Amino acid sequence: MRRAPKDTEESVRRITRRGLLMGGAMGGFATLLAARMRYMQVEQADAFRLLAEENRIKFSLIPPERGLIFDRNGKPVAENEQIYRVVIVPEDAGDIENTLARLRKIIPITDEEMEKALEEIRKSSPFLEYTIADRLSWEQLSEVAVNTPALPGISPEVGLSRHYPMMGDLAHVIGYVGRVSDYDLSKIEDPDPLLKLPQFQIGKTGVESKWEEPLRGKAGNRRIEVNASGRVMRELDRQQGQSGVDLQVTIDSQLQNFVQARLGDESAAAMVMDVTNGDLLAIGSTPSFDPNLFVRGISVADYRTLTEDDHRPLANKAAQGLYPPGSTFKMVTALAAVEAGVVTAGETFYCPGHKEVSGRRFHCWKRSGHGWVDLDTSLQQSCDVYYYELALKAGIENISAMAKKLGIGVRHDVPMSAVAEGIAPNMAWKQERYDQSWVVGDSLNASIGQGYVLASPLQLVVMASRLASGTRIEPRLVKSVDGREAEVKGLEPLDISPTALQQVRKGMYNVVNSSRGTARGSRIVAEGMTMAGKTGTSQVRSVVVRNQDVPWEQRDHALFVAFAPYDNPKYAVSVVVEHGGGGSAVAAPIARDVMLQALYGGLPPMEAYPKASRWQVEQMRKDLKLREDLQKQASDRA
Amino acid sequence: MSYLEYNRETVPTGFSKVLYVNWALVVLLVAVCAVGFLMLFSVAGGSLSPWAEPQMKRFALGLVMMFIVAMVPIYFWRNMALLAYLGSLLLLVFVELFGDVGMGAQRWIDLGFMRLQPSEVAKITLVMLLAAYYDWLDVGKTSRPLWVILPVLIILVPTALVLKQPDLGTALLLIVGGAMVMFCAGVHWLYFAVVIASGVGLVTTVLASRGTPWQLLKDYQFRRIDTFLDPESDPLGAGYHITQSKIALGSGGWTGRGLMEGTQSRLNFLPEKHTDFIFTTLAEEFGFVGGVSLLVLYVLILAFCIVSALKNRDRFSSLLILGIAGTFFLFFAVNMSMVMGLAPVVGVPLPLVSYGGSAMIVLLGAFGLVQSAHIHRPRGRG
Repeated sequence: MRRAPKDTEESVRRITRRGLLMGGAMGGFATLLAARMRYMQVEQADAFRLLAEENRIKFSLIPPERGLIFDRNGKPVAENEQIYRVVIVPEDAGDIENTLARLRKIIPITDEEMEKALEEIRKSSPFLEYTIADRLSWEQLSEVAVNTPALPGISPEVGLSRHYPMMGDLAHVIGYVGRVSDYDLSKIEDPDPLLKLPQFQIGKTGVESKWEEPLRGKAGNRRIEVNASGRVMRELDRQQGQSGVDLQVTIDSQLQNFVQARLGDESAAAMVMDVTNGDLLAIGSTPSFDPNLFVRGISVADYRTLTEDDHRPLANKAAQGLYPPGSTFKMVTALAAVEAGVVTAGETFYCPGHKEVSGRRFHCWKRSGHGWVDLDTSLQQSCDVYYYELALKAGIENISAMAKKLGIGVRHDVPMSAVAEGIAPNMAWKQERYDQSWVVGDSLNASIGQGYVLASPLQLVVMASRLASGTRIEPRLVKSVDGREAEVKGLEPLDISPTALQQVRKGMYNVVNSSRGTARGSRIVAEGMTMAGKTGTSQVRSVVVRNQDVPWEQRDHALFVAFAPYDNPKYAVSVVVEHGGGGSAVAAPIARDVMLQALYGGLPPMEAYPKASRWQVEQMRKDLKLREDLQKQASDRA
Repeated sequence: MSYLEYNRETVPTGFSKVLYVNWALVVLLVAVCAVGFLMLFSVAGGSLSPWAEPQMKRFALGLVMMFIVAMVPIYFWRNMALLAYLGSLLLLVFVELFGDVGMGAQRWIDLGFMRLQPSEVAKITLVMLLAAYYDWLDVGKTSRPLWVILPVLIILVPTALVLKQPDLGTALLLIVGGAMVMFCAGVHWLYFAVVIASGVGLVTTVLASRGTPWQLLKDYQFRRIDTFLDPESDPLGAGYHITQSKIALGSGGWTGRGLMEGTQSRLNFLPEKHTDFIFTTLAEEFGFVGGVSLLVLYVLILAFCIVSALKNRDRFSSLLILGIAGTFFLFFAVNMSMVMGLAPVVGVPLPLVSYGGSAMIVLLGAFGLVQSAHIHRPRGRG
């Protein structure tokens, strides 16, 4: 067969032409690729390098160890306890359901927890560990540890958790820690990234909350390299964090325990303050609750029980509870009048049992009247009319100023939650608060600690301390930080004449020790430990208390403030028993017992009590539920 | 059967053929494959397994095959072209019915020692048949419509089979590779112009119809096209790979981060780091210098092929070499454009470097054809 000539010159040239054209196009495209490579690898290299680093390097926080809190004797009151948990790494576990079923034979896991665990494990990466059981006992943990060969992927782990060994005794003072809530985060500007760790806990109330940042410490940093699925490949470097500061509070655990036990089931508060340096040795508030419940996450039922109790266990009555101080306020009125120069201590007024002012009759608690009374007898017998007269002479502004000088109506700088400011009313205050002008009757009510006057047990103990020491002493709750002693504030003298102070102190001495004193039953007979004080019985007003028509709610508050020893004051005490009845019958014995406990640093000998009341004391001691470990510690120290 | 003007007197015979092999081309091919071994060694974390060692074994097999193919006279291959083409079509049909599906939707037949991808074979047999067709066809008829339709059908049949898998990358390579042979054979440029213009027109029309009442595709189909054309619009889905690939490539800088120091590939941020995205690892670990070096090796291979093709006065040989060179070019051009974010992600491996048996052996076989054409080229005036 004849074939047409194929390889004509023309066709060869055409192939050459087209081939060169194609080769040129290919070369051009290759140049384009090289240019693109140059653009990305040379011009944009830094940007891409940064992106690559962001890809692979992750930061992980190392939570610092929370600072510990000790009492004044070095006994831990907030510590970090080891807790035991069991974690599973799904990729090592093989048949997860089977493994968990075997684990269940050793430690209790509910069906719910089981379902949740399986669900979570399915969703997350197989190399991320999942906590199956938390807060196991040491026995349970060891049993898991022994059985690990049969439990692939499961390992026992040790972590730290806050623990409050004083249980309910210091719940209101130290407070507690809990999981960080969204609300917590919303309150803080630029929150520490630590707070976003899932298990992290912060102080929610009390000292734990007020000293949160120093206690928390500084987080450490771990730079880790991760791969595309998030698995940690290696640690690049690590910056150790700083554990939180250790605090020492001024509380004496043993005394605190006694105070709580002595207050018992009452809805009450009691405080002990060292008048020489302001140390708060005990801050009692009953009933209380176990703060450890909150650390673990309190159950709804438990929480409801706490909130529905009409004795309000969650409230720190010592600092946030406000009560009409009643007759315990009379020292303020007396000093205000003497300092204003409108009366002298010896000046007498006649008490017919009532006082008529602008058409209204103001009664004395003793309807038959006290007759002629001076400052001393007015305190001793708590005559109301005497103070009505003083109020008329001195005026509310002087009384209000004196109250503030002595610590009432002032928010004291104490690291507890919701420290109340109280009210030391004056004309401007009423105008602002109620848009009404002050009337003279208001002054009369205020003069005996009723009406608008409101004070917390903390303010009352500060008042007693200042009266006793004659200084502006400030309460102190934190004794030292990381071993460095905290400053004592207010050692300078009050600008009240020492004579006037001494006259008031003498009156308080007679309240307890004179034959007609209102608190004579609660005197201390031990040598050199004589107590001076003032009773108070304040009427419950709708201003203060919820208006529920239960009889308990309508009873009077019983109050008592005291200091001792009279000659050389060491401690001041305040006691408020909500709806307890009379100050002399209810509050004063508590104050005496607490005071003796403080003075002796443990249970006092029976000889300290007057003979007549010893049988009551014995009865009281029998009912008292004290912590044995603390009692033993106290006797060892003594 | 026709014979080419084959001068037994001047064409080498027997073992002397070995002397006429294009050794420079062999050296270049070995160099490219060696780069591949190094990268496979690196992405395996400095280990010959699981990729570098099998790849070396296949390379050895491929090299032997290349020499065997090279020793066989080129006219034999021309005569085998139609048979080879039909054989590869049969394989494509077979694999469609019985083959295993792997990642990237490519189907293979498990031969035991390797997985044969018929679509890889089809790329070469298509070029062979087209070259043989134009060798057979009267030069004057090259641009006549009837004689243009025939090669178009030759291209479209395997393309349709491959698309059905569906392997878009290979389909693209088949069409463009075939078109390159037709172009070199001298088909009038107007045909190409018309095809390109209508293709562009069609795409434009479809895209322009979006949002209008006469929309030609469903919304979700448009969205798929969006992600396909611009994967970075879907950074957690389809865009993740391409974004990570660009980061790896860009972070290489001038000289790279060093062998096995590429964080992107070592920490698995790179997808398919031993196959389609292996160039990224190279660029990350050896930087611009490394990337361009490989590119230069590729371009040199192309240059040697084109020079050999243009010097060869046998029509079949010229077209075959140009076709193979074109296919080879398409491989690396599409792959590199893809990893650099210049082209959508279609599954095309980096030739002779990516891990994969079929491509390596088939490509080395194809270069055997190039060598055969080179050894048995017509000599003297004849």
